[in-house]
Amino acid sequence: MVTTDKPHYNVIGTRPVRPDGIDKVTGRALYGADISLPGTLHAHVKRSPHAHAIIKKIDTSKAEALPGVKAVVTGADLPTAEDGSRADNSTNVLAGKKALYRGHAIAAVAATSEHIARQAADLIEVEYEVLPPVLDVRDAMRDDAPIIHEALRTTSPKGPGEKPTNVAAHIQFNFGDAETAFASCDAVAEGQFSTKMVHQGYIEPHASAAMWNPDGQLTIWTSTQGSFPVRKDSSDVLGHPISKVKVIPTEIGGGFGGKIPLYLEPVAALLSRKTGRPVKLRMDRSDVFEGTGPTGGTSIKAKLGATKDGKLIAGYADMAYEGGAFPGSSVMLGALAMFAPYDIANVKIDGYDVVVNKPKNQDYRAPGAPAASFAIEQLVDELAEKLGIDPLKMRRMNSSHEGTRGPGGMPFRRIGNEECVEAALSSAHYNAPLEGANRGRGVASGFWFNVGLRSSVNVSIQPDGTVNLIEGNTDIGGTRASLAMQLAETLGIAYEDVKPMVVDTDSVGYNDVTAGSRTTYSTGMATHQAGLNLVAEMKKLLAPKWQVTAEEIEFQYGTFRAGEQSGSFKDVANQIVGPNGAGLTASGSVNAGIIVGGAFGLHIVDVEVDPDTGKTTILRYTAIQDAGTAIHPSYVEGQMQGGAVQGIGWALNEEYYFDETGRMANSSFLDYRMPTTLDVPMIDTIIVEVPNPTHPFGVRGVGEVPIVPPLAAIANAIYRATGVRQRQLPMSPRRILETTRGIE
Amino acid sequence: MPGRTHVAARINGEQTDFLCEPWQSLLEVLRDELDLTGAKEGCNNGNCGGCNVILNGALVNSCCVLGVEVDGAEILTIEGVAQGDHLHPLQRSFLENAALQCGICTPGFIVAAKALLDSEPEADEARIRHWLAGNLCRCTGYDKIVRAVLDAADEMRRAPAAAT
Repeated sequence: MVTTDKPHYNVIGTRPVRPDGIDKVTGRALYGADISLPGTLHAHVKRSPHAHAIIKKIDTSKAEALPGVKAVVTGADLPTAEDGSRADNSTNVLAGKKALYRGHAIAAVAATSEHIARQAADLIEVEYEVLPPVLDVRDAMRDDAPIIHEALRTTSPKGPGEKPTNVAAHIQFNFGDAETAFASCDAVAEGQFSTKMVHQGYIEPHASAAMWNPDGQLTIWTSTQGSFPVRKDSSDVLGHPISKVKVIPTEIGGGFGGKIPLYLEPVAALLSRKTGRPVKLRMDRSDVFEGTGPTGGTSIKAKLGATKDGKLIAGYADMAYEGGAFPGSSVMLGALAMFAPYDIANVKIDGYDVVVNKPKNQDYRAPGAPAASFAIEQLVDELAEKLGIDPLKMRRMNSSHEGTRGPGGMPFRRIGNEECVEAALSSAHYNAPLEGANRGRGVASGFWFNVGLRSSVNVSIQPDGTVNLIEGNTDIGGTRASLAMQLAETLGIAYEDVKPMVVDTDSVGYNDVTAGSRTTYSTGMATHQAGLNLVAEMKKLLAPKWQVTAEEIEFQYGTFRAGEQSGSFKDVANQIVGPNGAGLTASGSVNAGIIVGGAFGLHIVDVEVDPDTGKTTILRYTAIQDAGTAIHPSYVEGQMQGGAVQGIGWALNEEYYFDETGRMANSSFLDYRMPTTLDVPMIDTIIVEVPNPTHPFGVRGVGEVPIVPPLAAIANAIYRATGVRQRQLPMSPRRILETTRGIE
Repeated sequence: MPGRTHVAARINGEQTDFLCEPWQSLLEVLRDELDLTGAKEGCNNGNCGGCNVILNGALVNSCCVLGVEVDGAEILTIEGVAQGDHLHPLQRSFLENAALQCGICTPGFIVAAKALLDSEPEADEARIRHWLAGNLCRCTGYDKIVRAVLDAADEMRRAPAAAT
């Protein structure tokens, strides 16, 4: 680890075993599909076989006649606005007048077994008028493209457009004067880059259950990154009061952004309302690929210019991102993130949010940034080569730092971008020679925001002086541990004396999603605040016993002190709570803002490219990242390693492979081909710690940054190995042969 | 519909009887009939290893075995890997190495790694990576999983009794 000055901590920085660990290594932890309620009906969703079609008629009579079938629902069962329309959220859950992508949910059946529900779904007869699909982002922008949403008009700085279009939005950023600056550049690099639709690839398929009581109380069990957003969105889609919806989050088997939106929850709820019984609904793997929210493909034209001594002075990007079947691509975030690692005075960006007949785009770990980084980091590499400068020294010369204009125009606070570059320059990996034919080394930087948003927790003292921590963010990768550690540090007690638990939406204050690299950050802030509030309450109760005022009592490193009198947290807890366990509870709530720090990373990769097969082998990989303060270094490393390997998959193999009708031809794990143990080496990590000034312990979010650099780092390495620049993902063996040897 | 078949097997050391439809996979039987939900369905076609169990000493994807096929078989699932309150060295090693994030693939990895180390206690990193290539994890990048298996193998070689 590379660490700047930080305070001495007792718990933070250690590596304890996670509280939910035993359940997860013994098979006892309950995930979405493990929930079982007495009398449960099992449901199945019927999906569109067409990428673009008008739904003329749905006949459910044969399905309803099948023995064991209890209810069938379609989009007609969902409430509409006064003009008869439904929000995108609602028509994505069950289609309206049109099927907008292959896999779009059309209807659902509840039956006494899943087997019968699947049979019945096959008996639902849907009459379609098939329309030509639009599958490519640039094709969709053409004036003669088939229109997906008749009512869609382009929003832009100039106001709404006048004619039907597939371009939902045109965004623009303009800093300085890029055009003039390009004219004065000594070296310019430019290229047109593209990435394909890819899936988050969480191993747990979506699963939900719902019980709608006759009094209108709706309970939803679901595997989600955000139980509170599920409550709000379900309330909206169902037209049901939010106070009557309770969401109980199960353990979650991966999400990476893909388990934020609704898919199954309102459908299960409708079926439960119709049958009066609990209804369970789960996806199989092809449902997950075709019927959820992967992240859309992109097409980016980019240009970067420097002076002869290597100073970057001008950047331009034209970025078109697929929103899938509805507006909502990640282009805004991609545009904001693209130039963030660099201090460039003149930048112009045009971004387009474009609808196509593919699944609705959903966040995927640092949404929008990896594709932007794939473009810009290759151009930085090209300029470094043209100017004869080491690619890391080129980055050191141009790194953004405290005070540099950040995304959207606000200056960065203290960030650790330069420190990451320095750590890379002095790393064992970068200083080791790379020898042998067909081998190359690449580097790339990456940025992600950290969002703050809202978090609430409760803490309470137990009769034995230990503390319960009640939180509402589902634990997707060790946040029970990272939050318990922050509370233990705040209270000066042992990690083992804090018991964290994730509860339902009725049992704790509002929490935004477990996403945006925010939980350890924001919920950590709420936890710290709750700890301070608890100490303040304890001082009030202790004061009369010590015959002092609360203000005279100091609390530091777990010890209360006033003059000669002192007591540890546990002693004082025992004195004021007592063995009978009179309760003492405090809470903490924060709204931590939107962009709350900014985190950077830099990856180094060595590859070997087989000239005969086109296969790229990762020989060595090092991920470097500023974590602010690493609460639990093992989980920080785990995020860095996991993000890097997802990025390796995105770079080398993964893509939605569509035929001309819009059918995904590789909707299984075997054919989608995510990395396995054999595809990657150990992933070395270097944690840099430049404390984040906005967090009491200096935390930066760490989850998303590490998927940003791999795409370009590997492309740069392949260039060094083969002499050919890569403009399209994935850089599969076929693509490598096409580009290096012209073999089709 | 044809009738259900009576099947008797030893599961985690206990004689177990169940009735099973001809189309039900062993995974469905374990999860839906026997409440053994530790084996997970990630793909239902043998691609992910989330449903790994040891069947008559061999590692299998339980989604690719029919329930009716296991009559008379000996089956070990993740629920049978710990002995009472005594965790298996692999389970301890996964915890100590932080080899899980979301944890959904963990049961499959532990069962698969146990099948390997039971027959090849000397397995090295290359062998472990080759063996575990049938198990998908999307969170960890595999680094800490491979290290956890290497550590457990080391411990099991030093104290074989701990790994029954």
